[in-house]
Parts: sequence; structure tokens; C-alpha cells
Amino acid sequence: MKRFAAIALLAFALTFASHAFAIDPLPFQSNAERLRFQHLTSELRCMVCQDESLLASNADFAKQLRRQIFDQMQQGKSDKEIKDWLVARYSTFILYDPPLATSTIALWFGTPAIFLIGAGVVIVLLRRRARPAATITEESGEDW
Amino acid sequence: MNEVARKSIGRFVPLLVFAVLVAFFVVGLIWNQSHDARFVPSPLINKPAPAFNLPRLKQPATSISKASMLGKPYLLNVFASWCFACGDEHPVLMAYRDKFGIPLIGYDYKDKPADARAWLERHGDPYHEVITDESGVTALDFGVYGAPETYLIDAQGIIRYKHIGPLTPEVIAKDLQPKIDALQRGGT
Repeated sequence: MKRFAAIALLAFALTFASHAFAIDPLPFQSNAERLRFQHLTSELRCMVCQDESLLASNADFAKQLRRQIFDQMQQGKSDKEIKDWLVARYSTFILYDPPLATSTIALWFGTPAIFLIGAGVVIVLLRRRARPAATITEESGEDW
Repeated sequence: MNEVARKSIGRFVPLLVFAVLVAFFVVGLIWNQSHDARFVPSPLINKPAPAFNLPRLKQPATSISKASMLGKPYLLNVFASWCFACGDEHPVLMAYRDKFGIPLIGYDYKDKPADARAWLERHGDPYHEVITDESGVTALDFGVYGAPETYLIDAQGIIRYKHIGPLTPEVIAKDLQPKIDALQRGGT
């Protein structure tokens, strides 16, 4: 177990390490700042190569936006201010974590709704099955 | 309803569930084919265009700004000599430049001015004016993420329409030209 934890930790660290080396080096002043940058850019979509995050993408567009985000961090802007700046330009599509809005209601509540419907069906079926055996023998002519 | 009748309806439930699933998949497939996920609606529509002040391609000493363009509507077409799809769009722009009824301004995006000049000389120049954004910093304010992109900006400097990807005769006839005509008539 201890060994597994160590391997998992190493793998986890390496995924971040590969990101740190894959991209253009930015002059971070501290490790905390770098971690904040990596966390923020991993939550943002690279608009050009839509299945990659801004952190992982090597596209020119992603490089330029990383630089912008870095500069804004240096200016002391909060994560929310930076995200608002991006959303004003590229719409909420740039956020991997979609905000709750009328257009995203199905996304937010669709899965719980389907789960509840499924649970309802299962409960109804189980209740029927729990009926007295008499009704079942009555229908023994059924082919299923 | 007696027990037997209810049971025989019940046996169609799996089929019904399957039919609903198939309907979802079919709608998803059709939607995917008719929509390109790359084309994201711009949050800038019906908002003031960002301020810009960019050098002209042919007279780099002079520049064009948002303020200098106020007063009449115009089209801003983002292109670059390195942009493959811009080559597809180019003949359409050549054919429509005088049919739009408003100026067509080229926005040379992240491109070396010399390359853009050579590209326009080789293929022909559809633009009434070209401005250059070599660093692409101003383009960030426009939310440009891929060329070609086309913006319709009205006389008050407000973005009325944006198309991402090459303009085609169909897009112009269906979306762009009606919006231009509405602006020309003085509507919004």
C-alpha cells in the first residue's frame, strides 16, 4: 500500500513536471505562483485545439494567452478577474468548468434527473415484484 | 385495465427506452454534422468594438484607428498569409468586395507585413484598406483565435455580426448581406 502510494505520488508529480518542461519558460517568482498559474491554465480551454487545456497546448494561440495570463498575474489580478477578461473575449466556452446559466441547465441537472428517473423505475419494478405470489402464478401462461 | 393487459404493455417498455436512446443518438449525430464546434458565438456581438490603432499595410507610417473609422459601417476581415483557409476565402472576397456596399478592411493577423504584401500581390487584393497586427495583441481584444474571421462593425463602432471561418456565398447571402443591408437602411 505504501509502495502504491509512492508510485501514485510520483506519477502525479511527473504529470506536472512534464507540463512544466513542455511549455515556454515563464519567469515565475515563486513555486506557489507557478502552481497557481498551472492550476488556472489547466482549467482553461485552448480555443484553437479544443481538446487541450491552455496549460498543455503547444499552439501559438495558447502560448500568447499563457503570456497574457502570466502578465496579468504579475499585475496582481485575481483568478476571477483573469477569467472574466477571457470570458469577455472568448465566451464561457473557454472555461472547462461551465458556469450555471440557462444554456447549461441540462448540463448541470441532466445527469441527476436521469438518475432520479432511473431510481424511480427501479423502485416501482421492485415493489411490483414484491407482490403476493398468487398474482404471479395467475400469469404463469406468460412467456417471460 | 387487467393484469394481463398491463403486462403486455410492460413488455414494450424496453423497446420504448431503446427508441428514445436511438432518437438521442440520431439527433446528436445530425447536430454534430451541421454544427462545427469550433465556431463559438462571440460575446462581443452588439458590444462596442475594442479600440485599435494599427499601421496600414501599404503606408506603415500612417495608421487607422477605431475612432477614424466611426461614421459608416465596415467589414473587418482577419486574414494572414500563413492562413490556409484564407486562401479558400480569398476568391469569395474578390467577387464580393464591391457587392457588400460597405468598405472591406483587411486585418493582417500575426503576419510579417512583407509576407502579407507578397500574398496580396500574388492572389490579388480584395481589400479597400489593410491594417497590420504583427504581434496579435490587439486581436486578443477582438477575441480572434483563428483566421479567417469577419466582423461587421456599424457606424457607432458596435460589432453587429461575426463569422468565424471562411466566408462563403451561402453565408454572405443568408447571414451577412441581410445584416449589412439593415445597417444601410439605418436600422440596427
